[in-house]
Amino acid sequence: MSLWRTFKVAWEGLTLNKARSFLTTLGVIIGVGAVIVMMAVSAGAEAEIADQINALGANLVMVMPSFSRGGFGPGMGAGVGRPPGLTYDDIAAIAQNVTGINGVSAEQTTNQTVKAGSTTLEDVSIVGTTAGFPDVRDYRVAEGRFLTDEDNDRVNKVVVLGHDVAQELFGEQSAVGQSIKIASTKFTIVGVMEEKGVVGNTDYDGRVYIPLTVVFKKFTHARFGGENVRTIYVSAESKETMERVMSQVTTVLIRQHDVDPASPDFSLMTQDSIIDTAASTTEAFRDLLAWVAGVSLVVGGIGIMNIMLVSVTERTREIGLRQALGARPHDVRLQFLLEAVMLSLIGGLMGVLAGVGGSYAFNELGTMRTELVTESIPLAFGAAAVIGIFFGYYPATKAAQLDPIEALRRE
Amino acid sequence: MKEQLIEITDLTKVYGSGDIAVHALRGISANVERGEFLAIMGPSGSGKSTLMNILGCLDRPTEGAYVLDGEDVSRLSKNKLASVRNRKIGFVFQSYNLLPRLSAAKNVMLPLLYNGHEPLPDKACYERAVAALESVGLGDRTHHRPNELSGGQQQRVAIARALVNSPSIILADEPTGNLDTQSSEEIIDLLHQLHDQGATIVMVTHEPGLADHAERVIFLRDGQIVSDRLNGVRRKGGKL
Repeated sequence: MSLWRTFKVAWEGLTLNKARSFLTTLGVIIGVGAVIVMMAVSAGAEAEIADQINALGANLVMVMPSFSRGGFGPGMGAGVGRPPGLTYDDIAAIAQNVTGINGVSAEQTTNQTVKAGSTTLEDVSIVGTTAGFPDVRDYRVAEGRFLTDEDNDRVNKVVVLGHDVAQELFGEQSAVGQSIKIASTKFTIVGVMEEKGVVGNTDYDGRVYIPLTVVFKKFTHARFGGENVRTIYVSAESKETMERVMSQVTTVLIRQHDVDPASPDFSLMTQDSIIDTAASTTEAFRDLLAWVAGVSLVVGGIGIMNIMLVSVTERTREIGLRQALGARPHDVRLQFLLEAVMLSLIGGLMGVLAGVGGSYAFNELGTMRTELVTESIPLAFGAAAVIGIFFGYYPATKAAQLDPIEALRRE
Repeated sequence: MKEQLIEITDLTKVYGSGDIAVHALRGISANVERGEFLAIMGPSGSGKSTLMNILGCLDRPTEGAYVLDGEDVSRLSKNKLASVRNRKIGFVFQSYNLLPRLSAAKNVMLPLLYNGHEPLPDKACYERAVAALESVGLGDRTHHRPNELSGGQQQRVAIARALVNSPSIILADEPTGNLDTQSSEEIIDLLHQLHDQGATIVMVTHEPGLADHAERVIFLRDGQIVSDRLNGVRRKGGKL
């Protein structure tokens, strides 16, 4: 029998019991759909992380304290008589000694109540930072000036407002020169930032900026490591100068901290290296999810095999008749194999629709960010086809090997 | 001298081996001429079903030769046997064996679809199926499904299916076993009609009345032929 005719016979077999055929494919639908959605979810997570990191600014080198080397104990690898970690002095040292940079900055954030006249804003992000901040973040002052090195050196109680904060506190009035209270401390407003909006998950316009040293003194000094800077951001002039900037920063900090160059108490990271690290984590996660989804595909395949075996048993007499009328074992095998493959391919097709639709819906409903991985569609669909052939082969062979005399005698 | 359509020589069939071996056929030799109407009779266990299966190329003999239409088919592979069944044999079963979800015409078409030697296009297959249905008097029932037909009509569809590939021989296994008297007579008439048109028919039955319609009756017992006689009068379209 020709392939096309066998195909039609197989199709008739499937449509004989539509509800059962659909339920049989459900396993494959879920498996294929899950593979596509899972891959879209992890790709979305990866893109989200990359966006947040890139939102920090361009060509950033991040310096972080590292306690992992040199073991535990006082000093933790740092020079004698020096507290561990990074300090405000390190920022100044980098700014003075490293060339090819746009700026150096550090940030320490605390949430406090802000008050101006009768207006009170609860829970405002207070960012302690340095003069280099506008250069590092490429974020300019709209009115007045930004914080200076002098403000930090002298621990001046001055503040620069984000665009929205200035609007809420002073409306159309000029804020510069006025004063506000942050917690219980009075600050003089020296500038208002331009409008920048939300980048990554940071609302730039809803924050206020004060000298880093003031944050240490007023808000975080009592805590453990309160005077430590968590991260120093160094903005290189271009991608090409990053390598050079990194080696200079290393040299400066080793000298500054007086530590063994083989085991420094800090580490350098770039956005790319953070994204790579995050990507390798999400990739491992993605692989895990894909395997789990793959297992459900295999379970779907077993479901198909199960139903095909039932179908062969139910239709033994039909098989016997077809054999008597001239169907060769090969014809019978092909008929049942095609049924199994069609089941899994139809399941695959519906699974692709469900997967793509599901990924899209997650994104649209804002449940989570998803990015459709194009390769996942042929991958999942191909896996469904292979599963159809693999799990269809045994029932089909069983049908082909039936003895026509026995089969015709069966009730 | 008439042409021999079937020549079987020393046919034996043994199921199992050793102590539990069952000798279903113990050396059977017979010839069937082209155009003959032969009945095979015998009590259950006599080996008539086994002989029928071998004649129908559904099974192979343990020993002996079976020459069908000039071709030795006793040692053919499963695939070759399937092809021989398709081209040379038309089966009529006691329980019709129609596929319930297919129309009469589509049931009759089935053997044509498995014809790998000279495949016909779908349209030609359908036309031949309709012609075969017309020849058994069911030209107006081509679109009916088996459950919309009476038992006699279903068996006539099955006979049309047996005829559609123009086989060398029609093998009928208790063709009236499930039918009432009137339907049985219709089927017998139809077989006579086919016989008169030159068809070779081998019919297995345990009803002596039915066997009387054949020109020749072979009686089996314990896997051997115990009698092989010609019925004196050849009845044309006769009644039971």
